Amino acid sequence: MNRSIFPALPALILLFVFFLFPVVRMLGFSVEGGTFDWYAKALGEQLYLRVFWNTFEIALLVTFFCLLLGYPLGFLMATTTPFWATMGFIFVLLPLWTSVLVRTYAWMVLLGRNGVFNRTLIEAGVITDPIPMLHNFTGVLIGMVHVLLPYMVLPIYSAVRKVDPAIPAAAAGLGASSFAIFRRIYLPLTLNGIFAGSVLVFVLSLGFYITPALLGGGRVIIIAVLIEQQVREALNWPFAAALSAVLLAATFAVYALAQRYSQPVETTR
Amino acid sequence: MSASGGSADLLIEGVGKRFGEVVALDHVSLKVAQGELLTILGPSGSGKTTLLKVVAGFETPDGGRVTVGGVEITALPPAKRDIGMVFQNYALFPHLSVAANVAFPLEMRNIAKPEIERRVAEALAMVELKGYEARLPRQLSGGQQQRVALARAIVFNPRLLLLDEPFGALDRKLRETMQLEVRRLQRRLGLTTIFITHDQEEALVLSDRIAVMNRGTIQQIATTTEIYERPANDFVADFVGESNIYHGTMSGPGTVTLDGGRTLTVRSDKPAGTKVGVLMRPERFASSGTNAFTGEVIESVYLGTSFKLRLACEGGLELLVRQPARGALPATATRVTVGIDPESIHVF
Amino acid sequence: MSRRLLVISCGLIYFFLMLPLLVVFPISLSSAPYMQFPPPGLSWQWYERYLDDPQWIDATWRSLYIGGATAVLALALGVPLAFALVRGRFFGRTIIDRVALAPIIVPHIIFAVAVYGLFAKLKLIGTWYGLVVGHTVLALPFVVLVIAAGLRDFDRSLEQAAEGLGASRWNTLTRITLPLLRPSLVSAGLLAFISSFDEVVVALFLAGANMTLPKKMFDNIMMEIDPTIAAVSVMQILLVSVVLVLIGRFGRGLKDSAR
Repeated sequence: MNRSIFPALPALILLFVFFLFPVVRMLGFSVEGGTFDWYAKALGEQLYLRVFWNTFEIALLVTFFCLLLGYPLGFLMATTTPFWATMGFIFVLLPLWTSVLVRTYAWMVLLGRNGVFNRTLIEAGVITDPIPMLHNFTGVLIGMVHVLLPYMVLPIYSAVRKVDPAIPAAAAGLGASSFAIFRRIYLPLTLNGIFAGSVLVFVLSLGFYITPALLGGGRVIIIAVLIEQQVREALNWPFAAALSAVLLAATFAVYALAQRYSQPVETTR
Repeated sequence: MSASGGSADLLIEGVGKRFGEVVALDHVSLKVAQGELLTILGPSGSGKTTLLKVVAGFETPDGGRVTVGGVEITALPPAKRDIGMVFQNYALFPHLSVAANVAFPLEMRNIAKPEIERRVAEALAMVELKGYEARLPRQLSGGQQQRVALARAIVFNPRLLLLDEPFGALDRKLRETMQLEVRRLQRRLGLTTIFITHDQEEALVLSDRIAVMNRGTIQQIATTTEIYERPANDFVADFVGESNIYHGTMSGPGTVTLDGGRTLTVRSDKPAGTKVGVLMRPERFASSGTNAFTGEVIESVYLGTSFKLRLACEGGLELLVRQPARGALPATATRVTVGIDPESIHVF
Repeated sequence: MSRRLLVISCGLIYFFLMLPLLVVFPISLSSAPYMQFPPPGLSWQWYERYLDDPQWIDATWRSLYIGGATAVLALALGVPLAFALVRGRFFGRTIIDRVALAPIIVPHIIFAVAVYGLFAKLKLIGTWYGLVVGHTVLALPFVVLVIAAGLRDFDRSLEQAAEGLGASRWNTLTRITLPLLRPSLVSAGLLAFISSFDEVVVALFLAGANMTLPKKMFDNIMMEIDPTIAAVSVMQILLVSVVLVLIGRFGRGLKDSAR
């Protein structure tokens, strides 16, 4: 046995005992009694298929909006002066490391029936009745985009950083318009960053719990919320385990696909 | 091995090292006398760095022995070898002051504090860095950093000093100063030293002897003049200095017929029929000589003290010639005659 | 020019990013008895209510020491793991690499439910050390990523130099390697602390009656929206800002760590 593995052992023991073992043990509940009935229920009943579809739809939309907002941000940060890049970093990292709860709470304050947005709009005379933005799909979407946006910005930033500034300069010198430079130079050269960021955001959205639970107000049920309900309210462990297995499989499938078509998203090397 | 053994001789016997399919060292043997400065000269990938690492203990050879002062050290860990080394990038500890860097090897040997202070001061004085004790490495210039690295490598009276391309990062002028300084220090301390470089000029300036390496083997070990004047083979002749190398056959006593047909008068007692190589250094050509060449100038460069000419001579012979810079630089396409005497031609 | 368009739209996106952080400040200082915007007047009442409520203070302390213990444990386990992953040459390294980073990839809700099931059996629900173990699992990948990045940039000739100068393995580690890795260690420790201090999902399941700050906040948000939460949020934002400043000043690899 190679001795260079020894320093890894304490951490590996922790991960095996308190991470892999409990997860595998829990997933085992889903096939208790040797039947796949719980999977049949999860994937067969209209009600639960709807939840999976909701989860997928939200993850897709969140990824789309994160990309839409994240690309310009990452691009600007990577191409501006060091001072503004640092400022940009601060304004991306501060929300990233602020508690998800704080941010979710703030969105409740902003989006509520009597929230900042509705009050402002009503007082300005733009609308007479408050627009419902909280405890629905829109609210969950806004909150999740806000929480996950930094995960899109950072990979795109590093991808744009890697583009040698001489290349777009050369293209401009050859007569390319700004749009052409973006489409023909930056876009293809930063596809990796776009891909990495999108995979990360999509996978994180699939398993997201806090923001949908609070901003959805029990009306937007996605899979993570359903799992929590099954464990804490219905005490239905086998079903929760089956749902978890499906969610985990979906997550791994996305990662596996991503690894096949790009460089690894996250690794210590 | 004692911590204050002082300078000792080094013996490398049949050392080999492979990295997968690549043979980095192929049964290398050499001997460095006590107090001698031996340069290992070779292009990158020649195995010189691997050899240094084997001596320092950072690589374990597949076979062979390394002996310092009569004691075999082949399997000893680096920390037990008492070998001072100056790394290519100096490897100064960036978080430690100059004094703490130099004190480091002494502290590792559990030497008493006042003694450490005395020896650090002495070493820093030797490399003319008095007054810089409290600075951090990044606050020093490249030359000063190198002096610190040198002080750190000699402060504990190592048995051997290894220098791994230490001048590569310095500009030309500073490099020359540092080379002379290292040479002076090495002589004064009588330190057995191995110096690694790919720069042949540097090797000629510094060394007592030079070992030329290529493809994991030593091509020639000899004094500097020997290496330059009487290289053992094509590789050495080509790698050290500028050269005109041709191949031919001994056609009689003191005559060589080159493969192109041209006959040269040389000093050599090799029997007729022997395949030989012929080396003519560009600066050995004069305006006339026993062997005369007439050719058309295809390239001419003014180098301050000399002209460098490339001549296309009869028989497809192309010659590189240096002449003292007197008069006008010969223009291209003019015809020029040069000559070289038999004693200036090296046959190998 | 299109550059101006880019700058303007980025300004709006930054506004979107910062708005929730900014909006809690005026609300936390509101004199109104319930959530109202803009606040009719200024007062410190919500901060006072927080400070006077032993439940809030208890929860804060608990979160602080659980975060501290998590940082210590995650460093103690994660630093050697990162060394093995970057420098080790052993069979199965790629798999271990994946396992070490898996807690980031596996949805937290699944881990939380799984570890809840196990801890319920082991009677660890409601213990502070149970939470520390759970949080350490989640913090470990951050530590490994940051330390591995530091190690990959590490100039190994410094260690060779130390050994050549007579230093033992131990002396090389403690006098050269670890001091030079200090910025990475600082970043990794602070990130581990913050990740625990902010963690909700696992705490929801494991904390039991012993509230951590995020769990207390979560329950409060679920029950009633009262501006005390805004006051707590402001303090959280300030704490995170301080930690970010510390990382920027003494740490390294914000960009690596944020990945």
